[in-house]
Amino acid sequence: MLRGLWELTWLETKIFLREPLGAIGTVVIPVVVFLLVGRAIGRSAPASPGATAFLRDGLPVLASLFIAINAVLSLVTIISIYREGGILKRLRATPLRPQTILTAHVLVKLLFTAVTLTLMMLAGRRYFAAGPDVPVIAFGIALLASTLAILSMGFVIASVVPTARFAQPIGAVIFYPMVVLSGLFVPLDIMPQWLRMLARLLPFTYVVSLLQGIWTGGSWSAHVGDLAALAVVCVVCTALSARVFRWE
Amino acid sequence: MAVVHVAGVRKTYGRTVAVDEVSFDVQEGEIFGLIGPNGAGKTTTMECVEGLRKPDRGTISVLGLDPFRDVYQLQDRIGVQLQQAHLQKRIKVWEAVHLWASLYRKPIGDGDVLLEQLGLADKRNAWFMTLSGGQQQRLFIALALINDPHVVFLDELTTGLDPQSRRAIWELVRGIRARGKTVFMTTHLMEEAERLCDRVAIIEHGRIIDADTPQGLVDRHCPERSVVLVTGDPLAEERFRALPHVDEVLRADAQFTIRGRGDGFVTAVIQCLAEHQIRVSDFRTVLPSLEDVFLKLTGHSIRD
Ligand SMILES: Nc1ncnc2c1ncn2[C@@H]1O[C@H](COP(=O)(O)OP(=O)(O)OP(=O)(O)O)[C@@H](O)[C@H]1O
Ligand SMILES: [Mg+2]
Repeated sequence: MLRGLWELTWLETKIFLREPLGAIGTVVIPVVVFLLVGRAIGRSAPASPGATAFLRDGLPVLASLFIAINAVLSLVTIISIYREGGILKRLRATPLRPQTILTAHVLVKLLFTAVTLTLMMLAGRRYFAAGPDVPVIAFGIALLASTLAILSMGFVIASVVPTARFAQPIGAVIFYPMVVLSGLFVPLDIMPQWLRMLARLLPFTYVVSLLQGIWTGGSWSAHVGDLAALAVVCVVCTALSARVFRWE
Repeated sequence: MAVVHVAGVRKTYGRTVAVDEVSFDVQEGEIFGLIGPNGAGKTTTMECVEGLRKPDRGTISVLGLDPFRDVYQLQDRIGVQLQQAHLQKRIKVWEAVHLWASLYRKPIGDGDVLLEQLGLADKRNAWFMTLSGGQQQRLFIALALINDPHVVFLDELTTGLDPQSRRAIWELVRGIRARGKTVFMTTHLMEEAERLCDRVAIIEHGRIIDADTPQGLVDRHCPERSVVLVTGDPLAEERFRALPHVDEVLRADAQFTIRGRGDGFVTAVIQCLAEHQIRVSDFRTVLPSLEDVFLKLTGHSIRD
């Protein structure tokens, strides 16, 4: 059933690292930007409680979220390029199952996301000591759940984008406004009523609520609603893309 | 035994009818060619047989399997070369071969022998994007053969190659047959079909017009033959006209074109030359080809 999954995952990892900006773009640049932003804020307002809170709680969530989104956008692009080039079709004319092909790509993206975040965390520890009580494992699990939900949305986009050239911009246009409304920048409580209603319909609102809650030490039981919402997103999007996905 | 059996297949894309009422069998151990002009429906037919597209109507069986229902089982036992395919730009040749070998239940060894046979041994470490068209094509043939398949599907395998690579690939395909495999190929090159295929089916506008051995098609549809010769003998024209099976004799200065039909015709011309001691400075026969058959059956050349 999963024959070829490890071979394909390993191969795609190597191929990704051979891309001109593969490793630098996904791992090095985000880590460096993260450090620069962190240090800049830390220097300019060392004592302000707002800055401290943002460094401690806001920045990690923001960074993780953007890395997850970037990974998904990159996946959408790769799938579109593979489809346009006839690579997906060629892979499908083998005993490989379609699910295996897509799973391999998801695993590669998860791998790079994990590596980037780990490096960020290690590097970040040196510069602005996060509290020792940060629930790393719980946060990792919450982020994994969030990433899977975002991935499933990514697959819907990958299923319908007409050409590879549009994959990245279309994905960005869909994802980033949702992040803006997610409560990460502007708390939901101070939004006008109608905007808050809209935000409640957007998957990222639950992603942000989950990530922020778990990062700041919240319990899982307080976030059952978020997890349920993400599960619904996953199921609906996966079912949808299974129906509309085009291999060529 | 028929390895591929296709009966009454129809496939439409929206309002385009790509293939309609297509039926044919491919026998074990033969090279079977589907020939026709661009857009005739060759790829569509082949991809239905490979289980990559689902026909709207009709039945297909390959090695006794239903290409749609048993697609994974089928893929394990067939080799496929698609008309338009690419691999990851930066995949290395050996990596592709290695990946493919890992996908099948019974791969043939490690694939290095195949690369050797296909003249790709020195490209083992090259990225796919750096290969020439002919090398890419050969890699795809290697991938199609990696599982020692019972049937190999080759869709336009020499399109875009230079004559030398083309001949090399024809040799390869004959080699596949020599190992007892069945080959199902498409082409719009009549010469390729004539030289390579044991049997061909001519397809146009999604319908099969006729199917037979290349020679059989020529004999049935274009029995005419011509002899072109050059002689200064003043009595020659009269003698040629008196021969049996002759349809017409054309003359341009000393060059004669004698048209006739049937196997006895050429012999009759030769006997006539000998009997009357007509000295010729040039002599050749012009036999009709699949190209002529195509022209006859469709009213236009395959290149138009
Ligand atoms: N995916 C598709 N969507 C819509 N129409 C298609 C599709 N594939 C093929 N067609 C149409 O079906 C017809 C047959 O196409 P097909 O590719 O089978 O021809 P072909 O004989 O392989 O041609 P060629 O020699 O150019 O490869 C053409 O009219 C083509 O435009
Ligand atoms: Mg074709």
